[in-house]
Amino acid sequence: MSFSTVQIWTIIVGLGLGSYLLRLSFLGIIGNRDLPEWVLRHLRYTAVAVMPGMITPLILFPTATEGTLDPVRLGAAVATVVISFLTRNATLTIFGGAAVLFALHFLLH
Amino acid sequence: MTLPKDFWQGFRDGTPFILVILPFGAVFGVVATEAGLNLAQVMGFSVLVIAGAAQFVAVQMMVDNAPVLIVLAASLAVNLRMAMYSASLAPHLGKISWWKRGVVSYFMVDQAYAASILKYEHTPDMTPQGKFAYYLGVVTPICPVWYAATWAGASLGTAVPAGLPIDFAVPITFLALIVPMLRSMAHVAAALVSIIGVLVFAALPFNLGLLVAALLAMMAGAEVERRISLRRNQP
Repeated sequence: MSFSTVQIWTIIVGLGLGSYLLRLSFLGIIGNRDLPEWVLRHLRYTAVAVMPGMITPLILFPTATEGTLDPVRLGAAVATVVISFLTRNATLTIFGGAAVLFALHFLLH
Repeated sequence: MTLPKDFWQGFRDGTPFILVILPFGAVFGVVATEAGLNLAQVMGFSVLVIAGAAQFVAVQMMVDNAPVLIVLAASLAVNLRMAMYSASLAPHLGKISWWKRGVVSYFMVDQAYAASILKYEHTPDMTPQGKFAYYLGVVTPICPVWYAATWAGASLGTAVPAGLPIDFAVPITFLALIVPMLRSMAHVAAALVSIIGVLVFAALPFNLGLLVAALLAMMAGAEVERRISLRRNQP
């Protein structure tokens, strides 16, 4: 890495400030004004629209395996979804998913 | 001042995420230190930016010696989803005072957003103050652990065993967050469009593929909901 101290702090502070403004954006501007129904209808799907897309590449093309499909990670992902469906409990799901991940890791490596 | 029960409920719901935040923060500390950042700079990232994925992207691009502006653009693009979270939380938290909205904005991490929005939609009679207390409860076990884990990773460094699949802690938590959200055909449609969209638009630069996929997925969810309610309202 060939950055000066000033450049490094420019990146840290710039990214921090920019991220804060993104987070504040709508909360700050809209405040207690009411939004039209069609906007609310779209916003209801924000979480399910962003999160699955965020993790899909992490599951299918993990950086740790240089982007190739990995049976350990894929197996753990499938197990996590199944456990979540069956238990409906976040704690059990996270523990269970991690247990399957490490079990497959030590079995297959 | 005693803390309201909404706070403790949030605290309980936020606690399992420690399991994920701990390895994620520690790995960031190790990676950023190995990239050549000093302790103050590593902590600067985790305290000022407080967004794991964007921090990893920034450090990776710094290792590749990308220009400062490109590093900023690419890592901010990863955080564009926060603006969507902000819009999604506004109908619930828009009525609280401006400084509280400022606090909510600082602590807006994926887990806090996902846990809170799930709670708000299941409990429509919560007051804005109750929703704020719940949100603070969720972030209380998450964010301090994020700072501490980053510090531990940066200080202990290579003591974290190599080769373990700890990178996968993130997808596992997200799956644990997403599955309970799939409670109608509209939610399932949005999730499917999100997955397909991100694969179709994978070639777009600066993570913009995710943004396009997310917008299409929100439209899909809204459209399916509209059609289902139309069918229901027919005589």
